Amino acid sequence: MLWQQVVNGLTLGSTYALIALGYTLIFGVLNIVNMAHGEIFMFGAFVALMLVTTFKVNLLVAMAGAALAGAVLGYLLEVTALRPLRKRAVSHMAPLISTIGVSIFLESLALNLFGAQSQSFPPMFSGKLLDFGLFQISVIQVVILAISVGLMLVLKFWLDRTKMGKSIRATSENIDTAAILGVNTQRVITITVMLASGLGAVAGVLVGLAFNAVEPTMGIPMGFKGLAVLILGGLGNITGAMVGGLLLGIAEVFSVAYGASSYREAVAFGLIMVLLFLRPQGLFGSPGNGGR
Amino acid sequence: MLEIKQMAAGYGNITALKGIDLFIPQGSIVSLIGANGAGKTTTMKTIMGLIKPNSGQVTFEGKDITGLAPYKIVSQGISLVPEGRSILAGMTVLENLEMGAYQRNDSNIQVDIHKIFKRFPILEERKQQFGGTLSGGQQQMLAMGRALMARPKLLLLDEPSMGLAPLVVADIFKVIQEINGEGTTVLLVEQNVRQALKVAHYAYVMETGRIVLEGKAADLVHDPKIMDAYLGGSRAG
Repeated sequence: MLWQQVVNGLTLGSTYALIALGYTLIFGVLNIVNMAHGEIFMFGAFVALMLVTTFKVNLLVAMAGAALAGAVLGYLLEVTALRPLRKRAVSHMAPLISTIGVSIFLESLALNLFGAQSQSFPPMFSGKLLDFGLFQISVIQVVILAISVGLMLVLKFWLDRTKMGKSIRATSENIDTAAILGVNTQRVITITVMLASGLGAVAGVLVGLAFNAVEPTMGIPMGFKGLAVLILGGLGNITGAMVGGLLLGIAEVFSVAYGASSYREAVAFGLIMVLLFLRPQGLFGSPGNGGR
Repeated sequence: MLEIKQMAAGYGNITALKGIDLFIPQGSIVSLIGANGAGKTTTMKTIMGLIKPNSGQVTFEGKDITGLAPYKIVSQGISLVPEGRSILAGMTVLENLEMGAYQRNDSNIQVDIHKIFKRFPILEERKQQFGGTLSGGQQQMLAMGRALMARPKLLLLDEPSMGLAPLVVADIFKVIQEINGEGTTVLLVEQNVRQALKVAHYAYVMETGRIVLEGKAADLVHDPKIMDAYLGGSRAG
């Protein structure tokens, strides 16, 4: 029972982590919270659903398509809602409002394109369960875990080792310093927003699979959870987002398993509040620099 | 090499530079001295493209570079060691140096890193440590090493001696002369006027956004006005 809950929690948490990474990457380079991230996540789920049901492609191709669509949406978001505000010295609240505008637009667009009713992926892998004795795991869960953990490891490696990754880290730490070292920070920001949105779109597909439901409003609660994990892990901290996501998933699953199912989100967010009382800078943030 | 004509710049409503003219000949060390708030750092930031000037012109090797983005300034061959060093605290010493060579694609990057380590052996010992764990003097060495990794033609140094122990300051100024001896032109902003005038060939004195005095460093050291204002007085009483 315990191990079963841990496995379920990790599966759910890995999708939260993937969503939170999108917030974290964008917060890192731009110091803003992208309120449209949840809706890009939702669009990703719909794009994959269309690809699977209408074009009959396999799931991996559909995910790649969702990632691509997410990146394109991210590019449009950067060009229309973020970049114009950066050129002028506007209030730091302005991008918050403009991304809320984009999120409302995307949600309405989804309602018009796909309808309000919840849709689901066609049954895949015939709901088969793999039995490991201590716990059972469905093939869908294995796919979710493999994709999200795999993407996180690739991302971590890419940020640590490649020149592009290092330029993103340098820009997150201090945009002026990165600029005087010769980094085209404008380009780094665009690439980061596209990357974050692509990851968010894939997370949308995974959550759509996990709950077997894809609907235009699915981005809202997920957006809040991603935000919570951003703060829990430490603002702009990549490792923090990954670990924080997994913790939130486990906390939620355990509160369902041990009798508080209608309070699952209250319990999870309550835990985050307690944690932040103890560590205001978040799990991996260092004190004194706003949790980064 | 670098020429500034009637450059004015500021932050929002505050005008920090009120039309300055400045010339840096190739191969020299030019020093910019003056009190806090005189506009020295603003001058550096405006050359580097971090601040867009309101008017005026910056030419580098005959090319107009006014208002270009910082990364384009870097590719012209100008590097800045900013005030307060701006070490990337979450990246290792080695990664900081690699970031200095960001625009380079040649095969001599490792050779240059080795040269930096030879000049500052402490950096080699600490190469896997995070930049944020270094002491002030070590961070200054890293910031200079990082700027040199770009192989700049013109190196801008903003307050390199700030907050450092006297022995370390002497070291830093020695290195500045070495770098210049190897052919790099240097613009040096300093509050440590005595030291700055010792290493510089030519100097400009700034006050509240204007250049009020200029001349050969060797002459300025004996100028009574400089003595009184920056060197603690020339004569008693």
